[in-house]
Amino acid sequence: MKPQSCVNINKEWDIVGARQVGRDMAKKLGFGTVDQARIATAISELARNIYLYADSGQICFEVIENMQQQGICMTAIDTGPGIEDISQVMQDGYTTSGGLGAGLPGVKRLMDEFDLKSEEGKGTKIKAVKWLR
Amino acid sequence: MDEKFKKIVIENSDTIVQMWMEEVNSLKNINYTATISDELFESTNREFVNVIFSSITNRGTSNSVEVFSEKIINLGWPLSYITDGLQVFRRVTADYILTQSEKVDSNHFSNILKSVDLWVEPLIRQLVNEYSGSWEHIVSLQRVALQELSAPLIPVMDKITIMPLIGTIDTERAKLIMENLLEGVIKHNSEVVLMDITGVPVVDTMVAHHIIQAAEAVRLIGSTCILVGIRPEIAQTIVNLGIDLGKFPTKSSLKKGFTSALEITNRKVVDLESKEASIEKMIDSLQGE
Repeated sequence: MKPQSCVNINKEWDIVGARQVGRDMAKKLGFGTVDQARIATAISELARNIYLYADSGQICFEVIENMQQQGICMTAIDTGPGIEDISQVMQDGYTTSGGLGAGLPGVKRLMDEFDLKSEEGKGTKIKAVKWLR
Repeated sequence: MDEKFKKIVIENSDTIVQMWMEEVNSLKNINYTATISDELFESTNREFVNVIFSSITNRGTSNSVEVFSEKIINLGWPLSYITDGLQVFRRVTADYILTQSEKVDSNHFSNILKSVDLWVEPLIRQLVNEYSGSWEHIVSLQRVALQELSAPLIPVMDKITIMPLIGTIDTERAKLIMENLLEGVIKHNSEVVLMDITGVPVVDTMVAHHIIQAAEAVRLIGSTCILVGIRPEIAQTIVNLGIDLGKFPTKSSLKKGFTSALEITNRKVVDLESKEASIEKMIDSLQGE
Protein backbone atom coordinates (compact mmCIF):
# COMPACT_ATOMS: atom_id res chain seq x y z
CA MET A 1 0.00 0.00 0.00
CA LYS A 2 1.36 3.39 -0.97
CA PRO A 3 1.27 6.23 1.55
CA GLN A 4 -1.75 8.46 1.28
CA SER A 5 -1.71 12.17 0.67
CA CYS A 6 -4.23 14.46 2.25
CA VAL A 7 -5.51 17.92 1.37
CA ASN A 8 -7.17 20.18 3.92
CA ILE A 9 -10.29 21.99 2.77
CA ASN A 10 -10.76 25.38 4.39
CA LYS A 11 -11.13 27.84 1.54
CA GLU A 12 -12.87 27.64 -1.80
CA TRP A 13 -9.53 27.50 -3.61
CA ASP A 14 -8.54 24.40 -1.64
CA ILE A 15 -11.08 22.57 -3.81
CA VAL A 16 -8.86 23.30 -6.80
CA GLY A 17 -5.83 22.08 -4.86
CA ALA A 18 -7.55 18.80 -3.96
CA ARG A 19 -8.64 18.31 -7.56
CA GLN A 20 -5.09 18.83 -8.77
CA VAL A 21 -3.68 16.23 -6.36
CA GLY A 22 -6.37 13.70 -7.31
CA ARG A 23 -5.97 14.30 -11.02
CA ASP A 24 -2.19 13.95 -10.86
CA MET A 25 -2.54 10.70 -8.95
CA ALA A 26 -5.10 9.37 -11.44
CA LYS A 27 -2.87 10.32 -14.36
CA LYS A 28 0.12 8.55 -12.80
CA LEU A 29 -1.94 5.42 -12.25
CA GLY A 30 -2.84 5.40 -15.94
CA PHE A 31 -6.48 6.46 -15.94
CA GLY A 32 -7.80 7.76 -19.27
CA THR A 33 -8.94 11.34 -19.80
CA VAL A 34 -12.60 10.47 -19.25
CA ASP A 35 -11.93 8.74 -15.95
CA GLN A 36 -9.59 11.55 -14.93
CA ALA A 37 -12.41 14.02 -15.52
CA ARG A 38 -14.78 11.76 -13.57
CA ILE A 39 -12.39 11.55 -10.63
CA ALA A 40 -11.68 15.29 -10.69
CA THR A 41 -15.41 16.06 -10.78
CA ALA A 42 -16.14 13.67 -7.91
CA ILE A 43 -13.38 15.29 -5.82
CA SER A 44 -14.80 18.67 -6.68
CA GLU A 45 -18.24 17.65 -5.44
CA LEU A 46 -16.96 16.11 -2.21
CA ALA A 47 -14.65 19.04 -1.50
CA ARG A 48 -17.38 21.54 -2.21
CA ASN A 49 -19.73 19.74 0.17
CA ILE A 50 -17.11 20.03 2.89
CA TYR A 51 -16.59 23.71 2.12
CA LEU A 52 -20.31 24.48 1.96
CA TYR A 53 -21.68 22.48 4.86
CA ALA A 54 -18.85 21.66 7.24
CA ASP A 55 -16.53 24.66 6.77
CA SER A 56 -13.42 22.55 7.07
CA GLY A 57 -12.37 18.99 6.53
CA GLN A 58 -9.94 16.81 4.72
CA ILE A 59 -9.75 14.71 1.58
CA CYS A 60 -7.25 11.86 1.50
CA PHE A 61 -6.11 10.00 -1.58
CA GLU A 62 -4.76 6.51 -1.63
CA VAL A 63 -3.64 4.02 -4.24
CA ILE A 64 -5.32 0.70 -3.51
CA GLU A 65 -4.84 -2.74 -4.96
CA ASN A 66 -6.71 -6.00 -4.90
CA MET A 67 -5.95 -9.28 -6.65
CA GLN A 68 -6.74 -8.13 -10.17
CA GLN A 69 -6.59 -4.38 -10.30
CA GLN A 70 -5.36 -1.05 -9.05
CA GLY A 71 -7.52 1.86 -8.12
CA ILE A 72 -7.74 5.22 -6.47
CA CYS A 73 -9.53 5.60 -3.17
CA MET A 74 -10.52 8.94 -1.78
CA THR A 75 -11.89 9.64 1.64
CA ALA A 76 -13.59 12.88 2.55
CA ILE A 77 -13.77 13.48 6.28
CA ASP A 78 -15.32 16.39 8.09
CA THR A 79 -16.53 17.17 11.57
CA GLY A 80 -19.51 19.19 10.42
CA PRO A 81 -23.18 18.94 11.30
CA GLY A 82 -23.60 15.49 9.73
CA ILE A 83 -26.43 14.27 7.54
CA GLU A 84 -29.86 13.68 9.03
CA ASP A 85 -31.42 11.47 6.40
CA ILE A 86 -28.93 9.72 4.15
CA SER A 87 -31.54 8.25 1.80
CA GLN A 88 -32.82 11.76 1.21
CA VAL A 89 -29.46 13.26 0.21
CA MET A 90 -28.88 10.37 -2.19
CA GLN A 91 -31.98 11.38 -4.12
CA ASP A 92 -31.48 13.44 -7.25
CA GLY A 93 -32.58 17.01 -6.87
CA TYR A 94 -32.56 17.18 -3.09
CA THR A 95 -30.67 20.26 -1.94
CA THR A 96 -30.47 22.49 1.10
CA SER A 97 -28.23 25.13 -0.47
CA GLY A 98 -30.17 26.08 -3.59
CA GLY A 99 -27.90 24.05 -5.83
CA LEU A 100 -28.83 21.35 -8.30
CA GLY A 101 -28.89 18.58 -5.72
CA ALA A 102 -26.94 16.26 -7.97
CA GLY A 103 -23.68 16.21 -6.01
CA LEU A 104 -23.74 13.06 -3.88
CA PRO A 105 -25.86 10.85 -6.17
CA GLY A 106 -23.65 12.13 -9.00
CA VAL A 107 -20.48 11.09 -7.20
CA LYS A 108 -21.97 7.65 -6.66
CA ARG A 109 -22.56 7.31 -10.40
CA LEU A 110 -19.14 8.73 -11.29
CA MET A 111 -17.26 6.27 -9.09
CA ASP A 112 -17.28 2.48 -8.80
CA GLU A 113 -17.69 2.19 -5.05
CA PHE A 114 -19.33 4.63 -2.72
CA ASP A 115 -19.74 4.55 1.03
CA LEU A 116 -21.31 7.25 3.20
CA LYS A 117 -21.21 7.27 6.96
CA SER A 118 -22.57 10.15 8.92
CA GLU A 119 -23.44 10.88 12.49
CA GLU A 120 -25.54 13.89 13.31
CA GLY A 121 -23.57 16.54 15.12
CA LYS A 122 -20.31 14.63 14.75
CA GLY A 123 -19.44 14.66 11.07
CA THR A 124 -19.45 12.78 7.82
CA LYS A 125 -17.09 10.32 6.20
CA ILE A 126 -17.39 9.46 2.53
CA LYS A 127 -15.27 6.86 0.83
CA ALA A 128 -15.25 6.55 -2.95
CA VAL A 129 -13.22 4.19 -5.12
CA LYS A 130 -12.51 4.13 -8.83
CA TRP A 131 -10.88 1.02 -10.29
CA LEU A 132 -8.49 1.11 -13.19
CA ARG A 133 -9.89 -0.87 -16.06
CA MET B 1 25.82 43.97 30.92
CA ASP B 2 24.32 44.25 27.46
CA GLU B 3 26.94 46.80 26.38
CA LYS B 4 29.71 44.54 27.58
CA PHE B 5 28.45 41.64 25.46
CA LYS B 6 28.01 43.92 22.51
CA LYS B 7 31.60 45.04 22.85
CA ILE B 8 32.82 41.44 22.89
CA VAL B 9 30.77 40.65 19.79
CA ILE B 10 31.85 43.70 17.81
CA GLU B 11 35.50 43.38 18.71
CA ASN B 12 35.50 39.74 17.68
CA SER B 13 33.20 40.11 14.73
CA ASP B 14 35.70 38.43 12.40
CA THR B 15 35.75 35.23 14.42
CA ILE B 16 31.98 35.17 14.78
CA VAL B 17 31.48 35.80 11.08
CA GLN B 18 33.87 32.96 10.36
CA MET B 19 31.95 30.58 12.61
CA TRP B 20 28.61 31.72 11.20
CA MET B 21 29.79 31.27 7.61
CA GLU B 22 30.86 27.69 8.31
CA GLU B 23 27.54 26.78 9.88
CA VAL B 24 25.46 28.42 7.16
CA ASN B 25 27.50 26.73 4.46
CA SER B 26 26.86 23.35 6.00
CA LEU B 27 23.13 24.18 5.99
CA LYS B 28 23.21 24.93 2.28
CA ASN B 29 23.63 21.31 1.35
CA ILE B 30 20.69 20.19 3.44
CA ASN B 31 18.14 22.91 2.90
CA TYR B 32 18.64 24.70 -0.37
CA THR B 33 18.85 23.55 -3.91
CA ALA B 34 22.32 23.11 -5.29
CA THR B 35 21.50 25.42 -8.18
CA ILE B 36 22.70 28.44 -6.20
CA SER B 37 26.27 29.13 -7.22
CA ASP B 38 28.91 29.19 -4.49
CA GLU B 39 30.01 32.76 -5.25
CA LEU B 40 26.47 34.13 -5.07
CA PHE B 41 25.84 32.22 -1.87
CA GLU B 42 29.09 33.50 -0.39
CA SER B 43 28.46 37.13 -1.34
CA THR B 44 24.87 37.03 -0.12
CA ASN B 45 26.05 35.54 3.16
CA ARG B 46 28.55 38.38 3.54
CA GLU B 47 25.83 40.90 2.91
CA PHE B 48 23.55 39.12 5.34
CA VAL B 49 26.12 39.14 8.12
CA ASN B 50 26.87 42.82 7.45
CA VAL B 51 23.17 43.59 7.77
CA ILE B 52 23.07 41.72 11.07
CA PHE B 53 26.09 43.57 12.47
CA SER B 54 24.99 46.98 11.30
CA SER B 55 21.62 46.41 12.91
CA ILE B 56 23.33 45.43 16.18
CA THR B 57 25.62 48.46 16.22
CA ASN B 58 22.99 50.96 15.16
CA ARG B 59 20.26 49.48 17.29
CA GLY B 60 17.69 51.06 14.99
CA THR B 61 16.00 50.07 11.80
CA SER B 62 18.18 50.64 8.82
CA ASN B 63 17.54 50.82 5.15
CA SER B 64 19.95 47.96 4.49
CA VAL B 65 17.48 45.47 6.01
CA GLU B 66 14.85 46.42 3.47
CA VAL B 67 17.29 46.26 0.60
CA PHE B 68 18.52 42.88 1.73
CA SER B 69 15.07 41.29 2.11
CA GLU B 70 14.13 42.60 -1.32
CA LYS B 71 17.24 41.00 -2.76
CA ILE B 72 16.39 37.61 -1.20
CA ILE B 73 12.90 37.79 -2.66
CA ASN B 74 14.21 38.70 -6.09
CA LEU B 75 16.61 35.79 -5.94
CA GLY B 76 13.66 33.57 -5.06
CA TRP B 77 15.33 32.11 -2.03
CA PRO B 78 13.17 30.56 0.66
CA LEU B 79 12.21 32.37 3.84
CA SER B 80 14.02 29.64 5.76
CA TYR B 81 17.32 31.08 4.51
CA ILE B 82 16.67 34.20 6.55
CA THR B 83 15.32 32.46 9.64
CA ASP B 84 18.02 29.77 9.59
CA GLY B 85 20.73 32.38 9.16
CA LEU B 86 19.52 34.37 12.13
CA GLN B 87 19.01 31.27 14.23
CA VAL B 88 22.59 30.21 13.51
CA PHE B 89 23.79 33.70 14.36
CA ARG B 90 21.98 33.55 17.68
CA ARG B 91 23.54 30.21 18.52
CA VAL B 92 27.05 31.08 17.38
CA THR B 93 27.12 34.43 19.15
CA ALA B 94 25.80 33.04 22.42
CA ASP B 95 28.38 30.27 22.24
CA TYR B 96 31.16 32.71 21.54
CA ILE B 97 30.29 35.07 24.38
CA LEU B 98 30.12 32.07 26.72
CA THR B 99 33.62 30.99 25.80
CA GLN B 100 34.86 34.54 26.46
CA SER B 101 33.32 34.73 29.92
CA GLU B 102 35.37 33.89 32.96
CA LYS B 103 32.72 32.91 35.42
CA VAL B 104 29.68 31.07 34.17
CA ASP B 105 26.63 30.63 36.33
CA SER B 106 23.01 30.28 35.35
CA ASN B 107 22.37 33.98 35.84
CA HIS B 108 25.19 34.98 33.54
CA PHE B 109 24.06 32.43 31.01
CA SER B 110 20.50 33.74 30.91
CA ASN B 111 21.82 37.30 30.59
CA ILE B 112 23.77 36.34 27.52
CA LEU B 113 20.78 34.66 25.93
CA LYS B 114 18.60 37.65 26.71
CA SER B 115 21.00 40.11 25.12
CA VAL B 116 21.50 38.07 21.99
CA ASP B 117 17.74 37.61 21.65
CA LEU B 118 17.27 41.34 21.97
CA TRP B 119 19.61 41.91 19.05
CA VAL B 120 18.25 39.20 16.81
CA GLU B 121 14.51 39.37 17.40
CA PRO B 122 13.70 42.75 15.86
CA LEU B 123 15.76 41.72 12.88
CA ILE B 124 13.82 38.47 12.46
CA ARG B 125 10.56 40.33 12.78
CA GLN B 126 11.51 42.96 10.25
CA LEU B 127 12.97 40.57 7.69
CA VAL B 128 10.07 38.12 7.90
CA ASN B 129 7.55 40.95 7.66
CA GLU B 130 9.29 42.43 4.65
CA TYR B 131 9.50 39.06 2.99
CA SER B 132 5.90 37.97 3.60
CA GLY B 133 4.60 41.47 2.91
CA SER B 134 6.19 41.43 -0.49
CA TRP B 135 4.64 38.04 -1.25
CA GLU B 136 1.24 39.23 -0.15
CA HIS B 137 1.64 42.19 -2.44
CA ILE B 138 2.43 39.93 -5.38
CA VAL B 139 -0.55 37.67 -4.59
CA SER B 140 -2.95 40.59 -4.38
CA LEU B 141 -1.66 41.97 -7.68
CA GLN B 142 -2.16 38.59 -9.30
CA ARG B 143 -5.65 38.35 -7.90
CA VAL B 144 -6.50 41.67 -9.52
CA ALA B 145 -4.90 40.54 -12.78
CA LEU B 146 -6.89 37.29 -12.69
CA GLN B 147 -10.10 39.12 -11.98
CA GLU B 148 -9.51 41.34 -14.98
CA LEU B 149 -9.34 38.39 -17.34
CA SER B 150 -11.95 36.27 -15.60
CA ALA B 151 -15.04 36.95 -17.70
CA PRO B 152 -14.32 38.81 -20.95
CA LEU B 153 -17.03 39.43 -23.47
CA ILE B 154 -16.19 39.78 -27.14
CA PRO B 155 -18.67 41.21 -29.60
CA VAL B 156 -17.43 39.36 -32.71
CA MET B 157 -20.05 40.77 -35.04
CA ASP B 158 -23.38 42.49 -35.04
CA LYS B 159 -25.78 40.64 -32.71
CA ILE B 160 -23.32 37.85 -31.89
CA THR B 161 -21.18 37.91 -28.75
CA ILE B 162 -18.72 35.37 -27.39
CA MET B 163 -17.67 34.76 -23.81
CA PRO B 164 -14.64 32.48 -23.64
CA LEU B 165 -14.13 30.95 -20.21
CA ILE B 166 -10.72 29.64 -19.26
CA GLY B 167 -9.76 28.10 -15.93
CA THR B 168 -11.54 27.19 -12.76
CA ILE B 169 -14.87 28.81 -11.99
CA ASP B 170 -15.45 29.68 -8.35
CA THR B 171 -18.40 31.48 -6.78
CA GLU B 172 -16.80 34.88 -7.18
CA ARG B 173 -16.12 34.32 -10.85
CA ALA B 174 -19.56 32.83 -11.46
CA LYS B 175 -21.08 36.07 -10.21
CA LEU B 176 -18.83 38.10 -12.51
CA ILE B 177 -19.75 35.90 -15.47
CA MET B 178 -23.44 36.47 -14.88
CA GLU B 179 -23.04 40.24 -14.47
CA ASN B 180 -20.75 40.71 -17.47
CA LEU B 181 -22.92 38.47 -19.62
CA LEU B 182 -26.14 40.36 -18.95
CA GLU B 183 -24.52 43.77 -19.13
CA GLY B 184 -22.78 42.87 -22.37
CA VAL B 185 -25.91 41.45 -23.99
CA ILE B 186 -27.77 44.70 -23.34
CA LYS B 187 -24.83 46.91 -24.30
CA HIS B 188 -23.99 45.18 -27.57
CA ASN B 189 -27.62 44.43 -28.34
CA SER B 190 -26.75 40.76 -28.95
CA GLU B 191 -29.25 38.20 -30.09
CA VAL B 192 -26.96 35.26 -29.50
CA VAL B 193 -24.30 34.72 -26.84
CA LEU B 194 -21.83 31.88 -27.20
CA MET B 195 -20.42 30.69 -23.90
CA ASP B 196 -17.24 28.73 -24.56
CA ILE B 197 -16.14 26.31 -21.84
CA THR B 198 -13.27 24.65 -23.73
CA GLY B 199 -10.81 25.95 -21.14
CA VAL B 200 -12.78 24.99 -18.03
CA PRO B 201 -11.06 21.94 -16.57
CA VAL B 202 -13.91 20.55 -14.46
CA VAL B 203 -17.64 21.03 -14.76
CA ASP B 204 -19.20 19.98 -11.49
CA THR B 205 -22.71 20.62 -10.23
CA MET B 206 -21.80 24.09 -8.95
CA VAL B 207 -20.33 25.21 -12.27
CA ALA B 208 -23.23 23.64 -14.19
CA HIS B 209 -25.70 25.34 -11.88
CA HIS B 210 -24.15 28.74 -12.53
CA ILE B 211 -24.08 28.14 -16.28
CA ILE B 212 -27.74 27.13 -16.26
CA GLN B 213 -28.66 30.22 -14.25
CA ALA B 214 -26.69 32.50 -16.56
CA ALA B 215 -28.29 30.96 -19.65
CA GLU B 216 -31.74 31.29 -18.10
CA ALA B 217 -31.08 34.95 -17.26
CA VAL B 218 -29.94 35.58 -20.83
CA ARG B 219 -33.14 33.97 -22.08
CA LEU B 220 -35.18 36.26 -19.84
CA ILE B 221 -33.73 39.37 -21.46
CA GLY B 222 -34.62 38.02 -24.87
CA SER B 223 -31.39 36.52 -26.19
CA THR B 224 -30.24 33.01 -26.82
CA CYS B 225 -27.29 31.48 -24.99
CA ILE B 226 -25.46 28.65 -26.71
CA LEU B 227 -23.05 26.59 -24.65
CA VAL B 228 -20.07 25.56 -26.76
CA GLY B 229 -16.75 23.77 -26.27
CA ILE B 230 -18.08 20.75 -24.43
CA ARG B 231 -15.31 18.17 -24.57
CA PRO B 232 -16.29 14.48 -24.72
CA GLU B 233 -15.07 13.72 -21.19
CA ILE B 234 -16.99 16.72 -19.84
CA ALA B 235 -20.12 15.55 -21.66
CA GLN B 236 -19.77 12.14 -19.99
CA THR B 237 -19.32 13.55 -16.51
CA ILE B 238 -22.30 15.87 -16.97
CA VAL B 239 -24.44 12.87 -17.94
CA ASN B 240 -23.09 10.85 -14.97
CA LEU B 241 -23.88 13.68 -12.60
CA GLY B 242 -27.40 13.72 -13.99
CA ILE B 243 -27.38 17.40 -14.88
CA ASP B 244 -30.08 18.51 -17.27
CA LEU B 245 -28.69 20.95 -19.83
CA GLY B 246 -31.61 20.38 -22.17
CA LYS B 247 -33.13 23.82 -21.73
CA PHE B 248 -30.70 25.57 -24.04
CA PRO B 249 -28.72 24.63 -27.14
CA THR B 250 -25.23 23.16 -26.78
CA LYS B 251 -22.52 22.54 -29.37
CA SER B 252 -19.22 20.68 -29.30
CA SER B 253 -17.11 23.47 -30.73
CA LEU B 254 -17.11 27.23 -31.04
CA LYS B 255 -17.13 26.85 -34.82
CA LYS B 256 -20.37 24.91 -34.84
CA GLY B 257 -21.89 27.25 -32.31
CA PHE B 258 -20.98 30.22 -34.45
CA THR B 259 -22.58 28.65 -37.50
CA SER B 260 -25.85 28.12 -35.67
CA ALA B 261 -25.63 31.64 -34.24
CA LEU B 262 -25.47 32.90 -37.83
CA GLU B 263 -28.50 30.79 -38.67
CA ILE B 264 -30.45 32.26 -35.78
CA THR B 265 -29.62 35.77 -36.94
CA ASN B 266 -30.51 34.83 -40.55
CA ARG B 267 -27.04 35.10 -41.99
CA LYS B 268 -24.49 32.79 -43.51
CA VAL B 269 -20.84 32.78 -44.49
CA VAL B 270 -20.29 33.08 -48.24
CA ASP B 271 -16.98 32.43 -49.99
CA LEU B 272 -15.91 35.30 -52.16
CA GLU B 273 -14.95 34.58 -55.74
CA SER B 274 -11.37 33.44 -55.52
CA LYS B 275 -8.68 35.94 -56.38
CA GLU B 276 -6.89 33.76 -58.88
CA ALA B 277 -9.97 33.35 -61.02
CA SER B 278 -10.57 37.06 -61.16
CA ILE B 279 -6.94 37.74 -62.09
CA GLU B 280 -7.14 35.19 -64.85
CA LYS B 281 -10.28 36.83 -66.11
CA MET B 282 -8.52 40.18 -66.12
CA ILE B 283 -5.58 38.78 -68.09
CA ASP B 284 -8.00 37.18 -70.55
CA SER B 285 -9.79 40.46 -71.09
CA LEU B 286 -6.46 42.26 -71.58
CA GLN B 287 -5.34 39.73 -74.15
CA GLY B 288 -8.61 40.14 -75.98
CA GLU B 289 -7.83 43.80 -76.71
